[in-house]
Amino acid sequence: MTRREGVQLLALLASFVVAGYAAVRLLAGDVIGTGGWFVGSAVVHDLVLFPLYAGIDAALVLLLRSHPGWATVAGVRWLNYLRVPAVVSGLLLLVWSPLILRVSNGAYHAASGLSAQPFAPRWLAITAVLFAISAVTLVVRAMQSVKT
Amino acid sequence: MSVLDRWADRAAEHPPPGPFRAGFWRSPLRGPWFTAILSVALLPGITLLFLTGLASYAAYNPNLAPGNDTTPDKGLLGSWLPGWPAGPSWLYWVNQGVHVTLGLVLIPVVLAKLWSVLPKLFEWPPARSVTQLVERASLLLLVGGAVFELVTGVMNIQYFYAWPFGFYQAHYYGAWVFIAAFVVHVAFRLRTMVSALRGRSLRVELRTPVSQTFAEQPDPDHLVSPDPAPATISRRGALGMVAAGSLTLFGLSVGQTIGGTTRSTALLAPRGQNMGPDFQVNKTAAEAGIGPVDAGWRLELHGAASASLSRAQLVALPQHTARLPIACVEGWSTGVQTWTGVRLADLAAMVGAAPGTSLLVESLQRGGGFGSATLSAGQVRAPDALLALRVNGADLSIDHGFPARVIVPALPGVHNTKWVTRMTFLPGQR
Repeated sequence: MTRREGVQLLALLASFVVAGYAAVRLLAGDVIGTGGWFVGSAVVHDLVLFPLYAGIDAALVLLLRSHPGWATVAGVRWLNYLRVPAVVSGLLLLVWSPLILRVSNGAYHAASGLSAQPFAPRWLAITAVLFAISAVTLVVRAMQSVKT
Repeated sequence: MSVLDRWADRAAEHPPPGPFRAGFWRSPLRGPWFTAILSVALLPGITLLFLTGLASYAAYNPNLAPGNDTTPDKGLLGSWLPGWPAGPSWLYWVNQGVHVTLGLVLIPVVLAKLWSVLPKLFEWPPARSVTQLVERASLLLLVGGAVFELVTGVMNIQYFYAWPFGFYQAHYYGAWVFIAAFVVHVAFRLRTMVSALRGRSLRVELRTPVSQTFAEQPDPDHLVSPDPAPATISRRGALGMVAAGSLTLFGLSVGQTIGGTTRSTALLAPRGQNMGPDFQVNKTAAEAGIGPVDAGWRLELHGAASASLSRAQLVALPQHTARLPIACVEGWSTGVQTWTGVRLADLAAMVGAAPGTSLLVESLQRGGGFGSATLSAGQVRAPDALLALRVNGADLSIDHGFPARVIVPALPGVHNTKWVTRMTFLPGQR
């Protein structure tokens, strides 16, 4: 073991002491339940969310690569004009899904006196606006490309 | 060459199929520069997130009284925190607005960062030395902690309590698990980050189109694909997409913190709905189990002496008006409202409580959290700390705490106890 590795190992051990001190308290109530959420949220990201979005994107890219004629509108590649609004809309859904899908409507209403009813239509409207802005930008670019 | 090295070399020649093989990862964008540029946002962002979280925890004055402490077994993780001041009035408002809004804004950056390093998760063999194995265990705490903190925070502000644990304990202790791993990660990787940033110019990248986008030079950490596919998006485009996500989250939630006319711009935030002439309620009377409060209600006051006051008697005492916001741990605020009532200091004097006395305030509330709170001597003394009877020129509504509620500058929302029934002045610790 080199000197650098030794220092690194020592730093890691110190970090584990602090993390362990906190983890004992984190897990005190329900080891399986809390530990499951801690490990599970990372696992769901790595093995569900990432494969899902990367898989959809890879399928789209492969499709356009095998059909080059589909990939452009008046010489402009449209893939990123789909990606950007889809990613932003998907991100909003990911973050605000408890309210958009109304899974927490009961507790939300009881606490605030408000209804979660508006969130789904609002998300759909925002999604529509994002795609519309992207589509208009694509049309403008395509017209510029035709002119030149 | 040790046995371990030989074993590792042999394992490296025969990785399991799929993501364990380097050729599986083909994006030309992955590389040390791309990862490092995301870290430039995350390093200060996460540091600020941790500090505002710690401040928010201190704002509950957990060390003042057991009833204030949602994490009584915290030990070294907070017993040293100082008391929270009674002002400036915007202190908790700004702290919590920054904590929650910044947390939301960093979500796309964290997701992008995880995307950029995901091949490392499947690296084969998993470790080549004991140090590396230990470092990978630390990365589990880093990634698990980051995602856990974001998930619990985002769920909590939407009242989605699907967990078997309490939010305060989980989010606080989870933050310490995370920060322990974060500090060593930064210490180990800062140099890599700086040298990766020196390797390419951001200005040049921001002018490079897709057609000119190629993989970075092969790196010792194997982030760069050995077999990169043609680029379908530039680095500029990918960073722009992350920024678009962050800006959209910011723009669609910051209004719930600022309040006023900006509230209606927070289209997807939990407290972006306008309430007409009224303002946001953290917990409705119905939720707190409060029915109509009858005319026989009296405020019990205990100090050196005791007193019992009807609402009419409270209204007859000298009234003071203060313009204060209520800010919630969830990041939203009521905006500034005009509160009128009796100064806490006047009530203390009435029952002969000595200066330097803290105050236990108890609510009629049945069940649920925060049915009582203890205020520090400094908070009791604050000129704008009131037992409010009226807000914006009218009697409090039942949802806002009728017949009387506490309002103290810079106090977390839930400690501004509503439906007050009893106030006990205690010899103060701080």
